[in-house]
Amino acid sequence: MDIPTDTPPPPSHVEDAKPTTTEQKRAARGATRPGDRIFLALSRGSGITLLLIMAAVAAFLAYRASIALADNEGSFLTTFEWDPAGALHDGKPYFGIAVLVFGTIVSSIIALVIAVPVAIGIALFISHYAPRRLAAPIAFVIDLLAAVPSIVYGLWGALVVAPNLTGLYSWLDDYFGWTGIFEYQGGAPRSLMTVGILLAIMILPIITNVSREVFLQVPKMHEEAALALGATRWEVIRMSVLPFGRSGIISASMLGLGRALGETIAVATVLSPTFVIQASVLDYGGGTFAQNIASKFSEASEYGRDALIASGLVLFVITLLVNGAARLIIARRKEYSGANA
Amino acid sequence: MSTTTVKPTGTPGGKPAPSELQRARLPRWAPYVIAVGSLAVGSGIGLAADLSSRLQWGLISAILFVGVSYFLAASVEGTRQAKDRLATSLVWVMFLLAVVPLASLIFETVQRGTKVFDGYFLSHSMGVVADDEPGGGIYHAIIGTLEQVGLACLIAVPIGLLTAIYLVEYGRGKLAKAVTFFVDVMTGIPSIVAGLFVLSFWILILGFDFSGWAGAMALSILMMPVVVRSTEEMLKLVPNELREASLALGVPKWRTILKVVLPTAIGGITTGVMLAVARIAGETAPVLLLVWTNPFINTDPFNGPQGSLPLYIYQQYASGTNAGYDRAWAAALALIAFIMILNLVARGIARWKAPKTGR
Repeated sequence: MDIPTDTPPPPSHVEDAKPTTTEQKRAARGATRPGDRIFLALSRGSGITLLLIMAAVAAFLAYRASIALADNEGSFLTTFEWDPAGALHDGKPYFGIAVLVFGTIVSSIIALVIAVPVAIGIALFISHYAPRRLAAPIAFVIDLLAAVPSIVYGLWGALVVAPNLTGLYSWLDDYFGWTGIFEYQGGAPRSLMTVGILLAIMILPIITNVSREVFLQVPKMHEEAALALGATRWEVIRMSVLPFGRSGIISASMLGLGRALGETIAVATVLSPTFVIQASVLDYGGGTFAQNIASKFSEASEYGRDALIASGLVLFVITLLVNGAARLIIARRKEYSGANA
Repeated sequence: MSTTTVKPTGTPGGKPAPSELQRARLPRWAPYVIAVGSLAVGSGIGLAADLSSRLQWGLISAILFVGVSYFLAASVEGTRQAKDRLATSLVWVMFLLAVVPLASLIFETVQRGTKVFDGYFLSHSMGVVADDEPGGGIYHAIIGTLEQVGLACLIAVPIGLLTAIYLVEYGRGKLAKAVTFFVDVMTGIPSIVAGLFVLSFWILILGFDFSGWAGAMALSILMMPVVVRSTEEMLKLVPNELREASLALGVPKWRTILKVVLPTAIGGITTGVMLAVARIAGETAPVLLLVWTNPFINTDPFNGPQGSLPLYIYQQYASGTNAGYDRAWAAALALIAFIMILNLVARGIARWKAPKTGR
């Protein structure tokens, strides 16, 4: 609420007339009219409702999860099985999230490793390289990538991308198979790597948009000073743009990570899940939190659903921490307005 | 940095080294020639080595382009310029890399989707159609999605608008800060978690059946923060002079907000709401958990399972039959078309109704 500088200062007698009675104080605050009070109550109530919803999400998930965890015979964090019905354990529920933690982290890391450099490149392209008139249409194309629903990504990933990856995976196996990570035994490439590639495409827009906003806020003086010293465009970017934008890039990547961790249906469509941890990211198998919930839900009993809710609670807490940290980094620099992308 | 002398190359021996500013440069058309050349050579190699995938041809060409322009620039212009050109070409390659998936996705969806996409497909349900036989349509799914999204809007838009008004017009102090922070965090809630939340309290604890309404509640949780953020941005763009002029005339604050602030920003707010609708219309996970599924037409969102467009795609895909795949692609085409139209219209409104005093 900045007062424009060209308006004259308020006449002094306004300040002299200090409100004395409570009635006058209220009048000065401008909240005496019933309409005003109702409206303020309504809008403040909506804000509080939002906070209550967040609290309710945590509370209800925790309550149902506690029901499931109370009867769990396995260790929730280290068990390599998902058997809440107890089919293999004399009817005693036996489940844990170790495999899901592994799969979620691995696929998200693959997605980040692919997406972050590309996103920074695109952000630089829009902010510093693209012809002026093209910048807006290109940004729009990137926004279109964000608008595509995840189920369509999943369908495309499973029926178009995955069949085309066997060649690449065999090649990786030929040259890097000895690492164990890139071992590929043939078969459908519905693996964590494929999931990671797909997730990378899906989180590209958010990382690009947030980093672009930051790059555009680099003080023009820094760049011009570098140019005046004879720096090439790349040297300008390396010496003034990237150092200024570092925290922005970090928080953009964390926002992307948050998206990748919680992506459900695209992963469920592309991955052939197995409940094992394996070194190879190219062979099918593994699972993620969200994918496991989506695939196991339809055949789960009520107790099985509670078990899935318990794993969902873990996912909720992880994404909450990641997103909260990213937002705090952004909030330290208030002018980063791209945070809502 | 300026003290390092670069050995001048390409100048006839004996003459004094030209200054930095006059040093030899590649002609302006050089990048285009290199691009065309490497594309030709790349395609040649692809053809000769019998590489089936056009992507590999493009990849070879791109690597050739980056390499050739680097070494050519390094020999003519010096390493600093060469690095600059390398960065430029890398940035261009990154951009093209992002366009390839989008182009492929839209191309494949249109190509494969038009196979069974017709009036019959849009106006019939899956009532008595088996997974592996052709026929059937998405009528029930369209009805379900429209009703669920509409109900979600009815919950999310008023709460979102009022919250944004609170944050911009009233919000000071701790409550406003907390709301701002949690709205930001809420944008990052995975959609499946929103679905699990409604599942736990509406279906498991209160004991209601799966229904379109349950799905709508989860969708509204996903929609609220988006509406709040976009509305907030728009309200901040409304010039303060308008508010002050209205208040100075003795208009109460709430009428100022309703009659002056909101109408000024209504274009941007509409855009924000439409983009939020586009976002939730494609959500599958919460619908999967809460709406269940129904191959028949159920127009009552409060009673019993319903269909839904994203869910329909997922199930037709999961059926694993060719007829199912065809239907999945056609439904994907319908969904993408719906969302893209929403996006384009929303952006059109934003441009048409943009506040004049914006940036």
